[in-house]
Formats: sequence, structure tokens, C-alpha cells
Amino acid sequence: MEIEVIAFGIAKDIVKGKQVSIFLQDDTSVGAARKQLSSDFPEFEKLASLRFAVNTEYVDDSYMLQPEDEVVLIPPVSGG
Amino acid sequence: MLTKDELIRYNRQIILPDFGVEGQEKLKNASILVIGAGGLGAPNLLYLAAAGIGRIGIVDFDEVSLSNMHRQVLFANDQVGQNKAEVAKERLQALNPEVAFEIFKEPITSQNALELIEPFDLVIDGSDNLPTRYLVNDACVFLDKPLVYGAIFRFEGQVSVFNYVDEAGSRGPNYRDIFPTPPPPDMVPSCSEGGVLGVLPGIIGSMQANEAIKILTGMGTTMSGRLLLFDALDMSSHTMNIKPNLENPVSGKNPSITELIDYEAFCSGISEGVNNEEITVSELKKMMDKQGIHILDVREDYEYEIANIGGQFIPLNQVVDRKAEIPGDKRVVVMCKAGGRSQKAIDLLKKEGFDNLVNLKGGILAWQQEIDPELEVY
Repeated sequence: MEIEVIAFGIAKDIVKGKQVSIFLQDDTSVGAARKQLSSDFPEFEKLASLRFAVNTEYVDDSYMLQPEDEVVLIPPVSGG
Repeated sequence: MLTKDELIRYNRQIILPDFGVEGQEKLKNASILVIGAGGLGAPNLLYLAAAGIGRIGIVDFDEVSLSNMHRQVLFANDQVGQNKAEVAKERLQALNPEVAFEIFKEPITSQNALELIEPFDLVIDGSDNLPTRYLVNDACVFLDKPLVYGAIFRFEGQVSVFNYVDEAGSRGPNYRDIFPTPPPPDMVPSCSEGGVLGVLPGIIGSMQANEAIKILTGMGTTMSGRLLLFDALDMSSHTMNIKPNLENPVSGKNPSITELIDYEAFCSGISEGVNNEEITVSELKKMMDKQGIHILDVREDYEYEIANIGGQFIPLNQVVDRKAEIPGDKRVVVMCKAGGRSQKAIDLLKKEGFDNLVNLKGGILAWQQEIDPELEVY
């Protein structure tokens, strides 16, 4: 299954763009998406605190993604 | 009571529907502490002072520098080198003589935060680093103060309202519900490292001031329970719904942090045993006291019933099938009776891609011996 992910903050630097596609095999959980991102972009390993929102709701790693889901990556931002 | 001058000064907002003299009096009787008089602090302070907040506190130990000027519109060129809080007060007092200002020319720390925040009704976070953001968040939770959050990075900003109690008495989420674990320091660049568009803090800081005014007057709907992500480059915004997390270490069901901690250490990832494959019960106890940690207990149900330390419960023979229930985004301490089965669970889960698991040495038996002798053993 192909999932479109929208990136904000430092995550944009890592995926080199505002959107990135990832491919998930059998496991379509957010946890699997997180692991796939880490394997596609090793720098992601460092962003353990990165949060996922799906269709405007914060979700945890057990959430099962659907192909039409809008997935947003929310890294912490510190500047003021 | 508003004076004649005040009625004229604030006329354009007093005549607003839902605002009125009553709204203006609420602002006059209110007090706000603004933490950081920088990029976000500048628009917050300018608009909140202009709007007629009765008392405004400004916390900033830093000096105005030339590289601030493109975004920190509160300051003038000839003030480079002077203390920001002091200069801000001078400018804002000239803008609105009706407001009382208090300045604090010191960094906010775990030692002074409660004392600084306590005398104010609401707090604006305009700080520029993660340790301060966690500190201000926790202090506001402990003191029961609403916190208006704003943060910026390059062309992007975030806004929310934390720890806000609505009319029905229910408490909204806070910073730790969004970001339970701080990332490595090098993954969160500051404005001086990552750069920032000058107008961006103007936009985000103005949104914070708007939230503060809504909270104090009761108009509209606050951002409590929602996080706004704004991108100035394509003018897109996403609003995410956030909920209080029962495992939040400061505001959850069983808070493990009940007083301010060392936030520099917390955000630099210094915590015992964090890089090891195995931790001892005393290391686990320290981690639980300090920042809250996820524990996975892989014993059988009858064992869990006899004695447990509150961990997530999935027996060893189910861990692979139920792997989706195990967090992959934070460190998880795996435990059993003596440390053997938990190591097996870790080996199985590693093959499933987990790399965030740590074994508890000696299991619950060690916990009973060293930490809690009253726990029943079997």
C-alpha cells in the first residue's frame, strides 16, 4: 500500500520535500510506517519523538492506515 | 471601572459584538506573563499591551542584538546591547500608559519558575529552546495556569493552548501530550541555527496574543485541544486534534513527575541506562521518577495478578501477534519474573523491527528485593 506523508519542520529536510510516499507491505500500522521511514531515511532514527497525525487526529503506533488517509508528521519546533 | 480615556482608547474593540465594556474590564483585571521578549514576544507584547491587559510581566535575561532586528520589531537600532525586558517595558509603557509592567531580567529556571508564574493569570511561551518549553509547561500544569504556546522554525509555526480548563471544568492537553519525549538536541535547530523569516514570528506571535485575549474575555473558541501547523511558504495550515494522554507524566492518571526537574538534562537525553540493552531496577526506578517510561510486562496473567508495577501486560506467547500495541516511538523497558522471558520477548520483537527495547535485569524479583519489599513474591 502506498501512503502519502506530509512533512513539517526538520522532517522536511530529512525527506527532502513537503511530501513523501512510502510503501507498506502487510503491516499498515503507523508503527510500520515509522519503521519504513527510518529505513528509507536513516536520519529518521533520531526523531523518536516525531508524532503522526492521521486525518487531523493524533494517533499512536497501533493505528492502521488506509490508502486515502492524510498523514502528517509533526516534529517538535523550538524557535521563538 | 474604565476611565473616560480608556473608553476612548479601547472604543474600537469595546463596540465589537461579544466584547463590550465587560470584555475590556476583564482584560484590565487580568495579568499575563510573557516568557521571552524575542521574535514571538514582540508581537505578543505589542498587541497585549495595546489591548489593555492590566498587568504584564516580561521575562528575558538577554540583550538586544543586531541580528534580532529583522524580526524583533519591539526594539530600536540604538538599543542594541541593552536588556530586552527593560527596553520592551520602556517602549510598551509609551504605547499604553494604562498597563502596569513588571520585568524579570533573569533566565527562567526550575528554581524560580513557580515563583515567577504564580502571580499571573496566564502565560505566553515565547521561549527559544526545548528545556524552557518543558519547564514552562510543567510549571503551568503544577500551578493550574493556562499556557499559550507558539514556536517557529524557518517558514513554519505552531500554535496551541495548553492546560486550559473549559467552562465544563474539563482540562485540555499540554505540551507533553504532543511531545512526550524530547528529540536529540541536534534535531531541533533554533532560529540562530536554522534561520527564520522575519515576518513569521509576527504571524505566530499575533495568533498567540489572539488566543490570550479569547481566554481572558471568554470570546470565541480557544485552540485548547488543537495544534495549528502553519507554513508561510505555501500559506497552508493543518489543525490537529490532541487529547490528554493518561500516561502523561505530569498530568496523566498516575503522574510520575510532581515537581520541576532538571530540564537541561532531560532534553539532552542524559538519563541512566538509556544506551544500554539492559537496565537495573534502581535505574528503572530513577527513570520512572524522572520522566515516566513505558514498561512491557510479558509474564502470564496469574503472575501479573499477584504482583505488578503497572506495566503494559502482554504475555510472551502473544507479543509478536500483538506487536502493534507496543510503542515503537519511545524506549520500552521489558520485564518478567527474573529477566529470562523478557529477553526472549526482546529477541522476538527485534526480528519484527523493534529497536527501542531494554531488558529489566532480575525482573520483578529484583524489584521486590531492592525497591518495594512489600510486593508479594511467588
